[in-house]
Amino acid sequence: MFFDLFKFFSRPRASKEVAKERLKLVLIHDRANVSPQFLEMIKSEIIKVITNYIDVDEESLDIQLTRTKSDDGESIVPALVANIPIKSLKNRK
Amino acid sequence: MGEVIVITSGKGGVGKTTTTANVGTALALNNKKVVLVDADIGLRNLDLVMGLENRIVFDLVDVVEGRCKLRNALVKDKRYEGLFLLPAAQTRDKSSVKPEQMLKLCEELRKEFDYSIIDCPAGIEQGFNNAVVGADKAIVITTPEVSAVRDADRVIGLLESKELRDPRLLINRIKTDMVRRGEMMSIEDVKDILAVNLIGIVPDDEKIVVSTNRGEPAVTDQKSLAGQAYRNIAQRIDGEEVPLLNLEDDEGFMFRLKRFLGIKST
Repeated sequence: MFFDLFKFFSRPRASKEVAKERLKLVLIHDRANVSPQFLEMIKSEIIKVITNYIDVDEESLDIQLTRTKSDDGESIVPALVANIPIKSLKNRK
Repeated sequence: MGEVIVITSGKGGVGKTTTTANVGTALALNNKKVVLVDADIGLRNLDLVMGLENRIVFDLVDVVEGRCKLRNALVKDKRYEGLFLLPAAQTRDKSSVKPEQMLKLCEELRKEFDYSIIDCPAGIEQGFNNAVVGADKAIVITTPEVSAVRDADRVIGLLESKELRDPRLLINRIKTDMVRRGEMMSIEDVKDILAVNLIGIVPDDEKIVVSTNRGEPAVTDQKSLAGQAYRNIAQRIDGEEVPLLNLEDDEGFMFRLKRFLGIKST
């Protein structure tokens, strides 16, 4: 019972969850040995290909290495996540 | 042929020397012939933790440079049968020893001892390379803190690149009370992140400070919970199956009462 009381008075998120999340992210970069330059290279290549078809906002394009649940939902796998804001779809003939 | 085990961590101050001293002593108490090797050239401390600082004549660098025989440099611990220390040089640096020399030394030790436990220096440079080059197995120490876990992950990667596969993880200085409150990563959390098998867990224990002050390993103190944890780890190294220490049990009625009243200090 007083355990719940503790929960009530403590901050909403335990610090260990923050620690785990930060660690997991930093370890992906450590393990993959991914440098910011490397990500920049991928970013410019992606922009090159996509702009052939779609008008995108190059300034706010964001690409990062992160972790996500695998398809079977069993394990956590690394994932490359790109957030590409579209300005307009180019007219297709 | 004996086994050479390196105790490493990447980060400093997580308990490599304390672990080397305690695990080695516990193995000797189980009637094994054990040598503790201090590979931290220039910053020797294993002698001090073991209470053998006044008995050193020659050191590891003297041995590899041929100034003395191995047996002349070994300090015999008179308190525990079958326990020896090969001290580091204090006035030299890490570049005084080459990996080939270390490899040769380990071969020699393997013939003489059931277990050679190498206390690796912090860092991932030459001192680390020297300490791991002759090892058959590795134990990686971490504490449940972000910096220590990150460094452990790096070291695990480096060990695997050096063909030291399947390193075992030792999680040190666990504060059960903080883990329960969700303010410290748990054993499972750390294990999941690093994805290696455990050799053991050691609770945070004031008695470690006391035993280090006295130069007597905590494994000889039957009342020390950390001592018990280290004895268990030594048994696992020796191939026995011992369940993990249940840290939830170590708190008595007073602990719970204090926690209830909110006067439990961390």
